[in-house]
Amino acid sequence: MVNRGPIIHVRNLVKKFDDFVANDNLSFDVNPGEIFGFLGANGAGKTTAIRILCGLSKPTSGEIKVAGFDAYNQVDSIKRNIGYMSQKFSLYEDLTVYENIRFYGGIYGIKYQEIKTLAEELIEKLGLTKYRNTLIESLPLGWKQKLAFSVAIFHKPKIVFLDEPTSGVDPITRRQFWEMIYEAAHNGITVFVTTHYMDEAEYCDRVSIMVDGRIEALDTPAELVRIYQTENINNVFIKIARNPDRMTVEK
Amino acid sequence: MISIRAEHLYKNYGDVQALDDISFEVGKGELFGFIGPDGAGKTTLFRILTTLILMDKGQATVEGLDVVKDYRELRSILGYMPGRFSLYQDLTVEENLQFFASIFGTTIEENYELIRDIYVQIEPFKKRLAGKLSGGMKQKLALSCALIHKPVVLVLDEPTTGVDAVSRTEFWDMLKKLKTDGITIIVSTPYMDEAELCDRVALIQHGQIMKIARPDQIIEDYRKKLYAVKTNNTYQLIQDLKQFPGTNTAFPFGQSVHFTPIDDSFKINNLSAFLSQRSHQNINVQKIKPSVEDCFMELMAKESVNKRQES
Repeated sequence: MVNRGPIIHVRNLVKKFDDFVANDNLSFDVNPGEIFGFLGANGAGKTTAIRILCGLSKPTSGEIKVAGFDAYNQVDSIKRNIGYMSQKFSLYEDLTVYENIRFYGGIYGIKYQEIKTLAEELIEKLGLTKYRNTLIESLPLGWKQKLAFSVAIFHKPKIVFLDEPTSGVDPITRRQFWEMIYEAAHNGITVFVTTHYMDEAEYCDRVSIMVDGRIEALDTPAELVRIYQTENINNVFIKIARNPDRMTVEK
Repeated sequence: MISIRAEHLYKNYGDVQALDDISFEVGKGELFGFIGPDGAGKTTLFRILTTLILMDKGQATVEGLDVVKDYRELRSILGYMPGRFSLYQDLTVEENLQFFASIFGTTIEENYELIRDIYVQIEPFKKRLAGKLSGGMKQKLALSCALIHKPVVLVLDEPTTGVDAVSRTEFWDMLKKLKTDGITIIVSTPYMDEAELCDRVALIQHGQIMKIARPDQIIEDYRKKLYAVKTNNTYQLIQDLKQFPGTNTAFPFGQSVHFTPIDDSFKINNLSAFLSQRSHQNINVQKIKPSVEDCFMELMAKESVNKRQES
């Protein structure tokens, strides 16, 4: 690996929509293999920042590098080197388990023979052999989310972005899901994750907390709990995010 | 005094059994929670109680009114906040509220007292289109609209899903206040920690109620010994706990891993020794009280064992 520095590098990121400042001078680094929790109140500007990091939206100003590529003019390279999943959109409901894997593998340019081998391995690993040809729409949510995550890292991206991946999932599946996240990070994939479950914030190596378009806190969960003199991240979050200055507008 | 009574409710969508023999009672003025993941049947149940869909079998009454026969009368005393934001995005905050007041034949002024504490927080934005509000503000407007006709029973379907921790706390504070006005409230949520804010809860999964009780009773009924285990390496800890011969369950829970042993003769020292052999440092094992989430997972495990034995 040539890239020994941070895998995500953000300096003074500003994003404006007309005169509304959605991201107000964000600066942070994410290290390779790290699980980075990106927390914030509703409307704090998380989604805007994630869209920029994924190459889907252009920053107004600032220096942003994702997997070594520039967020202004190398967005295609960024997209090839990241994976993405959210609770709202993950898999095609009207395709089967196998078809979804084949589809995503194809999009990322993996050769058909390789997709076939890897897909069968993955289906077996997830215990979905019986459901290989089942439409996604008839699978339970928990299985879908586990499959969606596996598909998001199928092309072995450097970074995977997870936007509220476990929302509404049952408590046991939620933990199995986090074990998959740990495993991915263990295998060197950087994980950038948002969540409203504050216990999940504790599983991250470091977390940032956004309020009003700015990062108000960034550290390891243990250090944040110590600095803010509370019991857990939930209370840190409430302390920091309780009194936002602005009433933000949903995009 | 009973406000809501459901007896043996069943509902299928094709092959999917959404409700599988649901029975419960909610007392007048009670704050009653349905706690469970997506797909547990919460929304289906609430739609039946609010007369929006019909059950396949069983019966239910709200304030003595039958949800099928007396649906017209029932609708006038129900306040309902659906899971998906369903106000008019292209009307302003104030217009939405006026609209809901007028279809129930009342005015904002007449019942302003009831919504005052909630509505004042969004009133500065009353000329703003509802579609342009942030998540927390939408939630407050939706609650105001559900309350403006002074309902006897309030039905809230996942009002805090996808909402940040601060807004969630504020929302539960509002519910506590409404309770003092004597309104019966049923609320559903996938967040297990919110169970503790209800008078009683039903833990629901796969269309079945696993348990109904007060939150403290649910915790009391937890029979297993539960330990919080911490070391310097959580990922490795989960792997190693799975290898430990005395492990029944091991699940990450925030800062620690919650562990239950197979049998009661379990000794903390044995586990500590096992972990330090596997080069863990800063090992800390403590017996703890369970949370509602621990209890939910324990019940889930029991159910799946029962299912396996049946099949």
